[in-house]
Parts: sequence; structure tokens; C-alpha cells
Amino acid sequence: MRPLALIAIVSAVCAACAADPVAPEAVPARSSFDPGLIAKGAQLAAIGNCQVCHTAEGGRSFAGGRPIETPYGAFYAPNITPDSETGIGRWSEVAFARALREGVDREGRNLYPAFPYEYYTRLADEDIRALYAYVATREPVRAPNRPHELRAPFNSRSLIGPWKALYFERGAFQPDPARNAQWNRGAYLVNGLGHCGACHTPRNALGGEKKDERFGGGVAEGWHGPALDARSPAPLPWTAEQLYKYLRTGLDDVHAIAAGPMEPVVRNLARAPEEDVRAMAAYLEALAGPPSAERRKKADAALSQAKGASRANGRGAEIYAGTCAACHDRGREAGSGGALPLTLGTAMTIPTSSNLLRITLEGIAPPEGEPGRSMPGFADALTDGQVKDLAAYVRSEFGRAAAWTDVDEELKKIREERR
Amino acid sequence: MNPRSARGMNRRRFIARSGALVVSFSLLPRLAGAQAGKLPGSLSKEPMLDAWIRVGADGRITVFTGKAELGQGIKTALIQVAAEELVVEPSRIELVTADTSRTPDEQYTSGSQSMQESGTAILHAAAQTRAALAELAAKRLGVPLDKLTIRDEAVNGVPYAELVAGQTLHVRAQPQSPLRDPMTRTVMGKPLARVDIPAKLTGQAIYVQDLRLPGMVHARVLRPPSYGARLKALDSAAAAAMPGVLKVVRDGAFVALVAEREYQAVTAARALATAAQWDEQAKLPDSKEIYALLPKLPSQNTVIHENGKSATGAGIIEAEYRRPYQMHASIGPSCAVALYRDEALTVWTHGQGVYPLREAIAEMTGMPKERVRCVHMEGSGCYGHNGADDAAADAALVARALPGRPVRVQWMREDEHGWEPYGPAMLSKARGRVSADGTVEDFQYELWSNSHSTRPGPAGALAAAWQLEKPFAPPPPRPIPQPTGGGDRNAIPLYRFANSRVVHHFIPEMPLRVSALRGLGAYMNIFSIESFMDELAAAARADPVEFRLRHLQDPRAQAVVRTAAERFGWQAWKKQPGRGRGFGFARYKNLAAYTAVACEVEVERDSGRVRVGRVVAANDSGDIVNPDGIVNQIEGGIVQSTSWTLHEAVAFDRTRITSRDWGGYPILRFPDLPESVEVHLVNRPGQPFLGTGEAAQGPTAGALGNAIADATGVRLRELPITAARVRQALGA
Amino acid sequence: MISLDVNGKTQELDADPATPLLYALRDHLQLNGAKFGCGLGQCGACTVLVDGRAVFSCVTPISTLAGRRITTLEGLGTPEKPGRVQRAFIAEQAAQCGYCIPGMIMQAQALLERTPHPTSAEIRKHMSGNLCRCGTHMRILRAVERAAREP
Repeated sequence: MRPLALIAIVSAVCAACAADPVAPEAVPARSSFDPGLIAKGAQLAAIGNCQVCHTAEGGRSFAGGRPIETPYGAFYAPNITPDSETGIGRWSEVAFARALREGVDREGRNLYPAFPYEYYTRLADEDIRALYAYVATREPVRAPNRPHELRAPFNSRSLIGPWKALYFERGAFQPDPARNAQWNRGAYLVNGLGHCGACHTPRNALGGEKKDERFGGGVAEGWHGPALDARSPAPLPWTAEQLYKYLRTGLDDVHAIAAGPMEPVVRNLARAPEEDVRAMAAYLEALAGPPSAERRKKADAALSQAKGASRANGRGAEIYAGTCAACHDRGREAGSGGALPLTLGTAMTIPTSSNLLRITLEGIAPPEGEPGRSMPGFADALTDGQVKDLAAYVRSEFGRAAAWTDVDEELKKIREERR
Repeated sequence: MNPRSARGMNRRRFIARSGALVVSFSLLPRLAGAQAGKLPGSLSKEPMLDAWIRVGADGRITVFTGKAELGQGIKTALIQVAAEELVVEPSRIELVTADTSRTPDEQYTSGSQSMQESGTAILHAAAQTRAALAELAAKRLGVPLDKLTIRDEAVNGVPYAELVAGQTLHVRAQPQSPLRDPMTRTVMGKPLARVDIPAKLTGQAIYVQDLRLPGMVHARVLRPPSYGARLKALDSAAAAAMPGVLKVVRDGAFVALVAEREYQAVTAARALATAAQWDEQAKLPDSKEIYALLPKLPSQNTVIHENGKSATGAGIIEAEYRRPYQMHASIGPSCAVALYRDEALTVWTHGQGVYPLREAIAEMTGMPKERVRCVHMEGSGCYGHNGADDAAADAALVARALPGRPVRVQWMREDEHGWEPYGPAMLSKARGRVSADGTVEDFQYELWSNSHSTRPGPAGALAAAWQLEKPFAPPPPRPIPQPTGGGDRNAIPLYRFANSRVVHHFIPEMPLRVSALRGLGAYMNIFSIESFMDELAAAARADPVEFRLRHLQDPRAQAVVRTAAERFGWQAWKKQPGRGRGFGFARYKNLAAYTAVACEVEVERDSGRVRVGRVVAANDSGDIVNPDGIVNQIEGGIVQSTSWTLHEAVAFDRTRITSRDWGGYPILRFPDLPESVEVHLVNRPGQPFLGTGEAAQGPTAGALGNAIADATGVRLRELPITAARVRQALGA
Repeated sequence: MISLDVNGKTQELDADPATPLLYALRDHLQLNGAKFGCGLGQCGACTVLVDGRAVFSCVTPISTLAGRRITTLEGLGTPEKPGRVQRAFIAEQAAQCGYCIPGMIMQAQALLERTPHPTSAEIRKHMSGNLCRCGTHMRILRAVERAAREP
């Protein structure tokens, strides 16, 4: 049966899917929380990346207002500072826990799954408690929430109930006794607080996870989140040590640096406990499994191409030679003017051109005020025609795969966004 | 909002409009007869008037200075000084700056001494030149002096040029000069537009980076990856065969590649670098342990100040302050052009001291000094001893290998970041106590620092010289004595305390290459002392501004403190959560300009980010020549110091410097700017000029540190006060 | 030979097509406005306009510039007749060493062509890719605001 028809039926069945409101209750004063609990909450919030979605560019922390672009329109993350009028200053811990576990706000309305409660539902009770201690003790900011700008029919909350019925599995994480403690911790964090699947798992047209394709690759704010399992398109397979370095610093020696939505993720993970990030890395390595013989062969080919310098001819090659080669042919070891040989970059091997185009046009900048590697953007230096020629060239030369079919469309999207 | 409130003085203008250049000699002081005494400013080193001022037969007036334009506006200010005393339009003056063939030797343009040294010399030389012209006119016309009038560069109708008539005024200066009454000034004290700005903003060839000579070639030097790295192997054949490459120059481990076109040099140099194999020897300290290391290194310990008796006992407050290695990070990497022809060498350089540089290059090349000429051309702001002298040395060596061809050496960004001498890491400790009456009873301060000057001087100061077949070793560093000081600059507070003691621990061993960075030790010492003053004020339960006034006797110091506080609205300021205000004051070197800074900040707890709001400063630089020039320097110093204080630290691992580009050494960008910066000037006409260029950095750091403490209730003492440090200090 | 349209004039260059525009401008055409600051696209001292958009000339090869309109500092005005933005910077005395200022002027020109009356926040954001080491930022902002006020 087609999804929309199913929705219509289920919607008719559970007309009043909203829950009861939780009575408003002023959040407790800071002095009533154990400082250790607040500190733990801070670390968990770093893994959960709360601050990134709930803070507008140049805005006050957690005060909301940041647009999150989705295929359904733009969501504006709400103010979760403990301001009593415009924030969550009157949410008790019960209301807070319900939002994370059930996806329901204090007044009983369903929350859009843009708030990733389908992952947060897996949180353990004591972690929710710590997160509440942290959120409740942030600086209150008066900032009214901005209404979402969603396309019909998604602008109606009444669809959320049926959506939940179809796609939302409530419940805390259950450890696997056959696995060790580190794996379980990693699994708990990756599948729960870290909500990695939100960007790295494919979804259907209604935004439900394709459960049998978990971690098979997804989309976030125009970027492709590559597959993290055995289908990983990374030219070199990731070891746990490399994943740990990448998640902590945004940089590993033989993989590309964190870009797009991963930039704030790794910045926050730098503040998370080391053993937690190691656990996530261990889990992700296990998720991908040992590389197959074919994958190892491809990896060797990519490494040896990184050392070579043979080039095809053509317009794209000429653009590459003048615009990119000066840095990318030298390799990172060459110092600040050297960059990853493109044969090692995942942006070239994923099914879509979106990441490569975004990186090329926007560049990569270290977080404000912090040291890091950077790449200039070429949005104004290159014409659309030049970008397309370049994309085709790097895809074939370094991605060693069939041409992308979405370059025109993705490029148009990016240019629109920049207008 | 116009922040430039140059407090103008009351000008009695008995001079008509076109007669801005009309001065009657009856109203001027007389030049006394032969006098005894020290000659003012740099006249003491170069006493002949015509070394400074020449009036040509064609009417052109040339003024010579041994100082250099670094972007601080000195050219304009010196022209104003000369124009005032010579009674000519500023546009009539051509100013020649630092050139070993043409100008007096004023050593370095550094330490904010250009006005004090060169400005004073030119002020007096111009006045005495004017007086000499008057004497010549009196004699020629048979008219008494008090019947003479200057109008339009002529004395009673006889043009200056005619009076001079081919002879130069080759006379010795006198200690006293018939200086014009400051109340009658029409040029000095005015915000004359900078003479160099229009050309720079319309693309004229002003900078040494723009210099092009016929037949010029481009060179790049192969730099080691770390200090002391040995060149194990280098097969330069492939690079030498690349398009446009003319030569690979080698002298020991000094290797340079020369090509026709600049980009050819760049690409071939990259190939050369790939072909080089180095044996890296450097053992850099653990950057996280540098402050534990400094007090352990051997040091020369000097009590530079002591009064009364320091005591022990209850109520002592102690604090330790830290400052990392910081960079000049000039926006334009260093550059030089050199030409070796007919056994003579000319080097065009943006180094701060052309005479000392010439000595160093002469020593390095084994040439007689007289055959080496160093000419200053502007570079980007250097803020002290950066890579400029080294680029000059590079160019000199390569030029010697290609006689007859001008050679241009342009340092790359990684070269400048990696090889410039940094401002040294410093540690300071303060101890003090306030007495029951709310004054400081005891103040003890000690600091640990490397040398803040390894300038040429000797050839061993030049990085290229370390690589030669017959290398030159850097000479053992020596501290700069008080009252100027190096690491101990401004370590002695201007405040009067009942008992005080200041100790300087000078550390000769330099794990990283270091030298003079704007302000030298003053930046860190003022940050420390001003932070500590607030801590003492808190112990005395006193307002920080009022507390400082309690300990200042100097009325000029009190004036800037009061002005800054008033203009900031210190009394009326209302505290809000997350916001704070802070104050900082110092007299640079206790000898130069007085500056007080008040600021407010807002600290974001979760990100640790410090947003700077209003910054209000007051400055007394003595007799103001160009008020806008002073405001520009103070504004700039405030913004630069904000960058140092909140953002900057050189990063290094156990072998290499890892801050090799802007990504690796972030500095303040437009979004980090204060909301506003206001500068208020206190003018002291007739008083000596006081150096301004380094006056704002220390007080700004103090003000920021104090404001952050006020905003958060937590005292941060390690620079830079980054968002990460603030976050850590505040906790979750 | 590569043909470039620089400030409305066609220039023929005998240069490797991979040559970044910065070197072509300075070394081949003796145009001093664009400056070498880093060669890495990090500081903006080399900023020029291509088809009216601000671009870092140190990372833009001349091979990509055929048929495109390049504008440098020299194209905005001359020492005798400086352009609007140049006049504003001179009037505000918005320079200390002045090395970064040509890049700032070009960046400001690009902004004002698209946004004739930018807010203070917009100016700060737009200029953030250009570095100034002397601390002249406040004057630079005032100069841009002043240029925006001029017709």
C-alpha cells in the first residue's frame, strides 16, 4: 500500500495522538544540582551536539533560531535556554525526559522528528537526568521561537502521530551481552545520543528511516553522509584509531578533513570524554567490518595513485592543474600549502556530487578563532561550466567511477542557497 | 560618533590665510651665540645641519631622516615638524628616509623613538636652518634681523634658494634653537593627511615588494623544516631543469633557486623542497610545559628596582601570569631586492635598521662596509624584528652569485611564520599586600624571559648566515639595560608603593628563535601588573580606577586615567550578568607616552567567547605633531592587542614550529572586533615628543583581563584568553 | 599566449596557464594593487574582482579567466582621480602600513556593487575573509560606510 494512503488510514484511526500536558514548573536553581551532574550533562551534550542545532549563527547559545533545511522545508530549532517565557524555563525534568524519550513537548504536542528523538529515546535515565541538569542551568535568553516554514502537508502536526506509529521505536538502549563493554558504549552513543543515523541512514519520502539500510548513507542539509557500514565509499577503510583521531580533531592522515555538518560535530566531540569517543570509533570500525579483498585492492590502488602524477587531458584537467594541483598534488606533508591527494577523498567516491561541489565552492574554514587547516572556496573564481568540467574530471580521475548524474541539479541548488 | 577628539589648543592666528607662511622675525627667538651642552635628539650623533635639511638651488627642500616609515605615519609627522620650523608648505618638502648613502645613522626605527630622536633633531635643525637663512638675508640686504619677514619661502623677497645660492648650510647645530612658539603653529598639531596613503591606495610602486629593476630575477631560498636541521642530501637537477630556472645557488646549506619569472621560481622551489632530505635535530620543549621550564633554565638575575623592605606575613596575595610565544605575523611576508655590481652591493629592504643591517651583511659577505648600501623601502607593518633582515641577507647572498642582475627574494607565508623571531614566552609572579588604609604596602614582581633583541648587528643574527659553508653563530644575547629594558620593560610600575622590589631573570638559552616584538616585555608586564592591581584593589575593596589614582603621583598619568574613566562613563556603568568592565594604564617604558584604556566585555559562558564592547582610551604623547597619526596608532594598538590577548599563541611540537600559516595561527578577524574604539588625546604643546607606537598594547591587555574577571568572577592569567580557556575556567 | 581582459584592456601574456592571476598581474603586467600575503587564499591581500565578484587572485589560475572581466585596484581609479571607495579610504585615513588595504578596497567594492547600503553587521561579515595586522579595522569599516553614503 502506498505510504500516503497508509498515513491517511492511521491518521483517521488515532485522531487524538497528542499526549496530556505536563504542568509547568520552574526549573530548579543551579544550586540544587550537583555540579558533577551538570559537568556530566555538558559532556553528554557535546556528544549529542545540542548546541549546534539550537544556536543561531552569531546568536546566543541554545537560544534557538537556526534554520535546519530539509526536503520538507526549514525547521527553526527552538530556544532551549531556561527562559521562563520563551524557552524551557517551565519544563520539569519529567517534561524534558518525555521530549527526549517520546518526542512530545511539555504541552503534549508531538514534536517533529527533525528533533532526533527517535535516537534520543535510547538514552539511559541517568543520562537524561544529567542532560536536564545541564540544560536547566544554561544562561536564560529571551528569544521567541521562530515558526517552522514547512511545505504542505508537512506543516500539519497531525501527521506526526501516524508517522510515529509507522517509524518510531521507543525505548532505551539494550546492551548486547555477546559484545564487550566498549562496543556497547559505542553502540549506545552512536545509535542514541550521537544520532549518527540522522545523517548517515537513508530515509523514505516521509522521512522514516529505511531500517534495513541502516548506516547505508544519508543526507543532511544538502550534504551526503556517507555509508558507515561495509558499503563505505572511503577509498581507504577506517581503522578505529583513525576514526578516533578524525572524530576528535576533524583530521586523520589518510582521509579528508571534516567538512560541512561534520565540522561542528567533531568540534563538539573534542570536548567529550576521550573514552566515549574511542568507544564510538571502535563501534564504527566493527560496523564496517574487516575490509574485503576487493576493498583492500582498491585501497592499494588509491594509495599508489596518490604518489603518482599522471593526468588525463581536457578542460577539467587543465582547471585542476591550475586551481587545485598546487596544493592537492603535494600532499599534506608538504606543510600548510599541501592538501590531501584527491584519490583518498570520499567526496569523489560517493554516489552524489553534492559534497565535492560544496567543498569546492565554499572551501573549508577552521572554527572561528581556532587553529586548523583551511581551504579557500572557489564559488566566484569558477564559472558553472568550469565547475562542471572540474567535477567530471575529479570524479573520473580520482573517484575512478562512472560520471555523476546530479551535477547540474546540485550546482543549481548551491548557487541558489548562496544568493 | 567621531572618536577623534584631538583637544586642540587655542591658536592665536595673527597670520593671514595665504600668510600661513608668513612669519616676522621680530617675533621669533634669536639664535644664541655658540653654546655648550648636549645636542637635542639625534643631532647628538649627527650634528651638521645639512645632514638633515638641504635647500636646493632649485628651491626644493629636502629633509633627511635615519628613521623609516613602517606605517606609523612618521614620514608625515617629520614633514610637519620641518615645515613648521622652516615656514613652508608641507608639500614643498621631500623627505628621504633611512639610506646608508644619504641619511644620518639613527640605528633602528624601533622602541617608539622616532619622534624623540629624529623628530627632535629635525625640529631643531629646521629652526636653526631658518635662523641661518635669516642671517644670510640680513647680511645680504644689510637689514637688521627684526626687520625681516618670511613669506612664501622667501625672506624679504629673497627666495630661500637664492639665499643659499649653491652653498649648503654645512654648519654645526647648536644645543638651543629658536623654536617657534607652539601657540603660533599652523602645521604641527594638525591632522595633516598622510603623505603616503594616496599612492598606496591607488597601486603605485611603493613597497619593496613592488620594486622592479631592469633585468631583475626571482629567487626562493630552500628553508630547513626546523631549527638546526642538517641538509643530508639534495639532488637539485630536476628543479634546475624546470622552465625559466637560471641557477641553483649553493653555499654550504644555504640553497637558493633563481628563475626569470616569479611563478617559475615558486614552482621550481617546491620541486627543490621535495628533493631535499633533512636530518632534523631540534628538540623543542613541550609547549604545554614551557612555563614550568622557564624558571629552571639558567638565568642572570638582577634586582632592577628596590625601595623599602619587602615583608612576609598575613594578607599576601600571590599571582602568576603567563604569556606564550607570539608572532609578528606581518601581513606581507618579507622581501628584499639586491644588486651586486662593480664589487658594490645595494640592498633594498624593509628592515628597521639599515645601518646595522649593512654592518651585518658586510660581515657576512666579507665585503668592506663602504661597498654595501642598504636603502629602506616600505614593507607591510613589521611590529619589530621580523624576517625583513633575513630576506635582505638572502638577497645579498644570491645577488653575489649573479653579479649585474638585480635579485628579488620573496619569503613565502610558511617562511615568515616559521622563521621569524617571535616575541618570547614569559612568566611573571606578583606578590603584594594592601594595608589597612587601602594602599599597597608591599609589591614584589619578578619575571622570566629570553632576550627581546637578537637584531643584526652581527652577521650571526642573520638566519642565512647560519647555513653558510663558513657559518656565523648567533652571538650570546645580552639584556637591554633599564630604564628602557627588554623583557623587563615596564616591569617597574609607575605606581608609588611603600615597599617594592622587582627582579628580572634574564634567560640566555632560547629554545625558539626570538627577538623584539612591539612593546617587548611591556605588553606582558603591564598585563601582569594591571591585572594584579585589580586583585589588590579588590583586597582593598576599592574601585579599580580610584585605587590606581591613589598610587600615581605624576599629574600627567592622573590626567589620562581620569580622562579615560570619564569618557568611558566609569562611575555610571551598571553591572549586568555576563558583562564586565576593566581598566588598564601604563606609561610606556616609564619614559614615553601615557595611555589609559577602559573597556567592557560580555562573556558567553557556554562558548567561552569574549565579545568586546566599547573601548575608550586616553593618551598623552607630549607635543602632538599629528593628532590623527596618534589616534591611528592607539586604535591600531588596541585592536592588535585584542588579537594578541584573546587569540594568539605560536604552536610547536617537539621538533617543528607548526603554526605555518593563518590557519595555524589565527588572529582577530572583523567579526571579533570591539563594538567601538574611542581615543582621546591630551596635548602638551612645547613638551618633548613622547613615543606612541607601542603605548596601547599593554594597557589594553590589562583592561581586557580585568573586564573578563569582572564579567565572570574568575581571574584568567594565562595568555591568550581563548574561548577554550574561559570555558574551562568557568566549568559547565 | 593567454588573453586576459584586465580593467577593460586586453592583455596578452606569455605565461604558463596554471599561473595564478596574482603573479600574472604583478610580474607580467606590473600592476601593484593586488598583494602577495599568503598565496593560500587565507588573507585576502590579493583580492581582485572577476565579473564583479571578489576573488583571491593567488589561487585563481589564468587558464580559467578567458573571456571574464578582471578588475584590479588600478581599474577603480588613478592617483589623480581615485574611485569612490578609494576616496572614502583616503578621507578616513584608513591605513597604517596600507598593505592589506587594496584587498579591502576590492572586497568593499564587491560588497557595495551588490548591497549598496549594507548594515554595519553585514560589512563586518563580508570583510571577514580579509586580514589586517596593524589593527586598522575600525577605520576600514568607517571607510566602507562612508563610501556607501557617497552617490
